[in-house]
Amino acid sequence: MKGSVAPIGVLVYIVVSSVLAYLHPQSVLAFLLFESSLLLIYYLPAQPKMKFILGAMVLLVLLPILGFINAYYLEVAVQVGIYVALALGLNIVVGFVGLLNLGFVAFYAIGAYLWAIFGSPQANEFIAGGFFPLAPYWFFIFLVFSIVVGAMTGVLLGLPVLRLRGDYLAVVTLGFAEVVRALVNNLDKPINFTNGPKGISPIEKPPLFFQPALEFFGAQIAAAKLYPLYFYFLVLFLVLIIIFVTRQLEDSRIGRAWKAIRDDEIAAAAMGIPVVRMKLLGFAVGASFASAVGVLFAAKQVFINPESFTFMESIGVLAMVILGGMGSIPGAILGATGVTILNLQLLKGLSLWLNSVRQSGAVLSLPFLGSFALDQIPVQFEPAKYERMVFGLILIVMMIFRPQGILPPRQDKRN
Amino acid sequence: MALLELRDLSKRFGGLQALDRVNLTVDDGMIASLIGPNGAGKTTLFNTLTGLYAPDEGEIEFQNRSLVGLKPDKITSAGISRTFQNIRLFSHMTVLENVLVGMHSHLHLRLTEIILRTKNCQLREEEARRRATELIELTGLAGREGEWAHQLSYGEQRRLEIARALAAQPKLLLLDEPTAGMNTTEAQSLMALFKQLIGSYVRAILLIEHNMRVVMGISHRVHVLDYGEKIAEGHPDEVRQDPRVIEAYLGQGAWVEHAQR
Repeated sequence: MKGSVAPIGVLVYIVVSSVLAYLHPQSVLAFLLFESSLLLIYYLPAQPKMKFILGAMVLLVLLPILGFINAYYLEVAVQVGIYVALALGLNIVVGFVGLLNLGFVAFYAIGAYLWAIFGSPQANEFIAGGFFPLAPYWFFIFLVFSIVVGAMTGVLLGLPVLRLRGDYLAVVTLGFAEVVRALVNNLDKPINFTNGPKGISPIEKPPLFFQPALEFFGAQIAAAKLYPLYFYFLVLFLVLIIIFVTRQLEDSRIGRAWKAIRDDEIAAAAMGIPVVRMKLLGFAVGASFASAVGVLFAAKQVFINPESFTFMESIGVLAMVILGGMGSIPGAILGATGVTILNLQLLKGLSLWLNSVRQSGAVLSLPFLGSFALDQIPVQFEPAKYERMVFGLILIVMMIFRPQGILPPRQDKRN
Repeated sequence: MALLELRDLSKRFGGLQALDRVNLTVDDGMIASLIGPNGAGKTTLFNTLTGLYAPDEGEIEFQNRSLVGLKPDKITSAGISRTFQNIRLFSHMTVLENVLVGMHSHLHLRLTEIILRTKNCQLREEEARRRATELIELTGLAGREGEWAHQLSYGEQRRLEIARALAAQPKLLLLDEPTAGMNTTEAQSLMALFKQLIGSYVRAILLIEHNMRVVMGISHRVHVLDYGEKIAEGHPDEVRQDPRVIEAYLGQGAWVEHAQR
């Protein structure tokens, strides 16, 4: 009996928070409460089966329903999913193999441009015959293909640079990402491959193959309303696969070899681990995750340009991994979720609140300081404008009080 | 029968002749010791043998097969594994994981098998875990499987290094100062372990050691290095009396004083 108190409590929390989010579709706070239910489920002291059911209920049922009312929720969820996938990929390279990669976004860009070029009329610029854009179903073929391309570019970058370590490797990977960005920025002449800084659009979305089935069951839903849900489930599916693969690898000879190389390369070699091959494998796996999620990003955005793949993006993903706890899968997920929600919801929500305060025209009277009209608050004071600063502050605080990250790898579960 | 044979092995670091035409043989079933003053080239010999350094000249023959030019991981697969003088454990991995890493070259599984967790993969993993636990018990670390390696005490870390080296199923085990920093009781229990290993887990042991009680107590044969050169070889009792060895350790003239006493 005693063991069922906590699950019931969490269940009540989930119901209350989702009803709140349902009744107040514009409230950031209500949605945040709802989102934290996943964290509660993670920490719930219960059977894995129970946690799985609760998690599935939130992710597969409640979130889509809420998202149907307010599509912005789904937008947030999709963004979170994309960053979770990127953070899990980078976590393999940085957290498991211990190679500091400052140019991870390059692989993301490669995946995104792969689908952008062939899933839009862009490819007609250099391949005659007007075959492009490819039919929507090609999206899935490219999703698989991008895994191969990502892995290959990972190996290609890895081969020359894996002799380097630490700072030197970090600088070269940073350079690689800048080279990729410069290439997409400039490959619009003499032959127009990438359309340069103007970007590519419109990019095909994946096919709505299930729409006839929905109509058969009498559900007439407009495509515009379906796509956010569709992308949500695609991202969720991709993230689940990535989590699954990462977990299997972590607890295998490959994952152990990676961590051994991270801890002591010489000892790892002396224990029979082919160091270079294992490092390349780590690079390839991480890169393939990023490039697959890049394909999805391109299809979701409809329009992409080199601006989406800047150095700050690489740093952002790295910060997610560090914040969550290097070498920990739950850590990478939490780091990516937390940072994305902070950017998309918390800071934006604060800005909105500040605006409403300013517009209320109230006058604050402070003792000794006199009165202060709230509409005098400068526009520059908006929290959304110093997102990077808040972010930096959080990282500094983390490094002082919890340098191993919020959810560092645990020792107990691996026995 | 010779398990390992080094012929005229030389290694130079710039102007320093770290190894100078060293000849050394380790026979099956033997515990051999390598001794010599600090800087004599003992660890360099280990590093050259395990592929961390490439020898400048000479031949390394293991089971009638040349090891020169092989990468460290290939040498481990061939059947030589080692411990390190300055402990090199995987500190952010558990005790069990450390030992499992040692089994890498014997745990052949395809990437797809691992991702899909096939029956074969599960069986092999389980078998590896069982063997790892056995080695952990053998080295006296039973019950510590789930702890981080860096949480172990110094002596326990040395034992874990031995368990990890054994996990690679070596024919020849190289131990670099295994009893350094241990008290007499700990050193004695390790000596008993080494004797137990011969025949049942490994075919021969080559160890570097400064603790003469250990060297004289368990070695079948002792090799002495000084300035990269091998200056003596023989049964522990012979080596103990060798004037060149005493000179190398205690300085010129020491032999005379020793004889007078």
